[in-house]
Amino acid sequence: MPPLLEVSDLHTHFTTFGGRRVVKAVDGISFSLDEGETLGLIGESGCGKTTTCLSIVGLLPNSARVAGGRITFQGEELTQKTSREMRRIRGRLIGMILQDPMASLNPLFSIYRQVAEPAYYHQSMRGRTLRARVQELLRSVRIPSPEQRMRDYPHQMSGGMRQRIVGAIALAGGPKLIIADEPTTNLDVTIQAQYLDLLKDLQRDTGVAIIFVTHNLGIVARMCDRMAVMYAGRIVEHGSVRDLFNAAKHPYTRALLGSIAKLGSKEPLYAIPGQPPNLAHLPTGCAFHPRCPDAMPQCTIDAPLETSLGESWTARCWRAAAQPAKEAYDRASA
Amino acid sequence: MTAPVLEVQGLKKYFPVSTGGLLHRRAAWVKAVETVDFDIMPGETLGLIGESGCGKTTTAKLILLQEKPTEGSIRFEGEEILALHGAALMRYRRAVQVVFQDPYSSLSPRMRVRDIIAEPLEIHTDMSRVEIRERVAEVLELVGMQPDVADLFPHEFSGGQRQRIAIARALVTDTRLIVLDEPVSALDVSIRAQIMNTLEHLQATLGVSYLFIGHDLAGVAHISHRIAVMYLGQLVELAEATELCAHPLHPYTQALLIAALPAHPDDKYERLTISGEVPSALAPPSGCRFHTRCPHAMPRCTEEVPVRKDVAPNHSVACHLYG
Repeated sequence: MPPLLEVSDLHTHFTTFGGRRVVKAVDGISFSLDEGETLGLIGESGCGKTTTCLSIVGLLPNSARVAGGRITFQGEELTQKTSREMRRIRGRLIGMILQDPMASLNPLFSIYRQVAEPAYYHQSMRGRTLRARVQELLRSVRIPSPEQRMRDYPHQMSGGMRQRIVGAIALAGGPKLIIADEPTTNLDVTIQAQYLDLLKDLQRDTGVAIIFVTHNLGIVARMCDRMAVMYAGRIVEHGSVRDLFNAAKHPYTRALLGSIAKLGSKEPLYAIPGQPPNLAHLPTGCAFHPRCPDAMPQCTIDAPLETSLGESWTARCWRAAAQPAKEAYDRASA
Repeated sequence: MTAPVLEVQGLKKYFPVSTGGLLHRRAAWVKAVETVDFDIMPGETLGLIGESGCGKTTTAKLILLQEKPTEGSIRFEGEEILALHGAALMRYRRAVQVVFQDPYSSLSPRMRVRDIIAEPLEIHTDMSRVEIRERVAEVLELVGMQPDVADLFPHEFSGGQRQRIAIARALVTDTRLIVLDEPVSALDVSIRAQIMNTLEHLQATLGVSYLFIGHDLAGVAHISHRIAVMYLGQLVELAEATELCAHPLHPYTQALLIAALPAHPDDKYERLTISGEVPSALAPPSGCRFHTRCPHAMPRCTEEVPVRKDVAPNHSVACHLYG
């Protein structure tokens, strides 16, 4: 069976200063997602994870454009679609949950109107069926007494409840894929745990695939099947969550895992030296080399190629490439 | 036994809420902090943890004398600070400093790093310009920065470096206690560990005490010696950090531990047993404030406010389940 979503060699560039400077926010990334699967997209601010998601749903700002690569969703090529065609896909086949629910809900419209919108436009539901559908959606995200609450406005709800409303809107069209961009960053810890449990249940009931964009490795450990670690616009390591947590091969993945405090442990944290790079002035070679504890002379010159480390496990690192894939590199450069 | 640096007893802070209208009558009180007691020893880090609106920042403001408590006492090195005036008050302000969450708004964009760090010295000491210059260079080195950055402006630094500058400013007056209000929450993941390690290193070399406020249990537990858990203005549990993580007693602390995200995908996955959200501090539940969400609530919990009692050495909890 072909994957639900396949992103191959995607390049998204921002143009600034009237076209004189190009910032490669996404610089050749590839990944795929099967139905019902959960992928964690991890990285620090400015590494291109949000730009990747916006490229998929065709909501890039005017200064950005997809400069190359393909995005195939259910066998259809998304990068060639017009904005009118994309509108038939967003909200129906692909739902989105963004970080700040107060910014993604319209304060002037009732909850009913906002949750009803996808079903109204995409499934042409009206009247009593539409009302029943909205109540069903609100019940599925565990809003108590939906008949009353759907008349409320966003300001009358708490942060956790608002984010669940956003979840209901994302589910309204019966999507195959939900892109959740840091959905719990603004929530308190117990509310975050409730929300993650809810997403797990919804996924089990509806079989929807989820892309989880986050900088929190704990969320990935709890929620995801596979993870892709991004650094400076590239995926530096990609594999199953268990493999990467047990034996990450890229120094950046290892460093991220080592810098997280473990509950009840007093082991010193590994501090990654330096700062995340500025995408407008990337270091030569591997973008991570100025902060890498294992950097070699080669790392400062050539950008590492993607090396396969096993079934669906890849890394972009000369160290990881050193042994098994030397021949692959020779073949590629020949 | 050494005496604590800071002793907080029976601290209360109520904020008035007016109904609006012509007369602005005081209709209700938000009980932001309700009888909080704790102490901090020299060279110790006390973690203060809780969800938004639980009163952790109000507690910090009371200690920093930015708000006047409704009731209670705060003693610093044995002296009641609420009664301090003049030179004694200045001495207190010099000894207790603060680092805020967001280093983008806590540093003046119009001041050079040197002037930001030197300001407490100019106010509190009569050091000469040369001495101030030397002291600024010294603290910059302490927080792991080059002394020659002193002539730059804050916008020339990244978030982690700005937080280092904020820490340098807090340290410059031979500080004995620093209130750290979520000092790493606004930073990138790879930078958080740098700042945490710097804070631990500074404590080991200078013997300064910290009050570390946070909401991420794993991070707070990592840096703190003891942890105080707050819920809706009340301190519900206080214990050594490792003890609290291994044997949480209060149902709310247990929920926080379950809600903490796993460090590995194979970690045991438990479903959260508490439901609902934090009630409004305007009309907190009667009795134990947690009873509306507590899985073990008994009739007694709705009537009687539990008092925090020692149930083990250095481990106290305010819950009717424990006597």
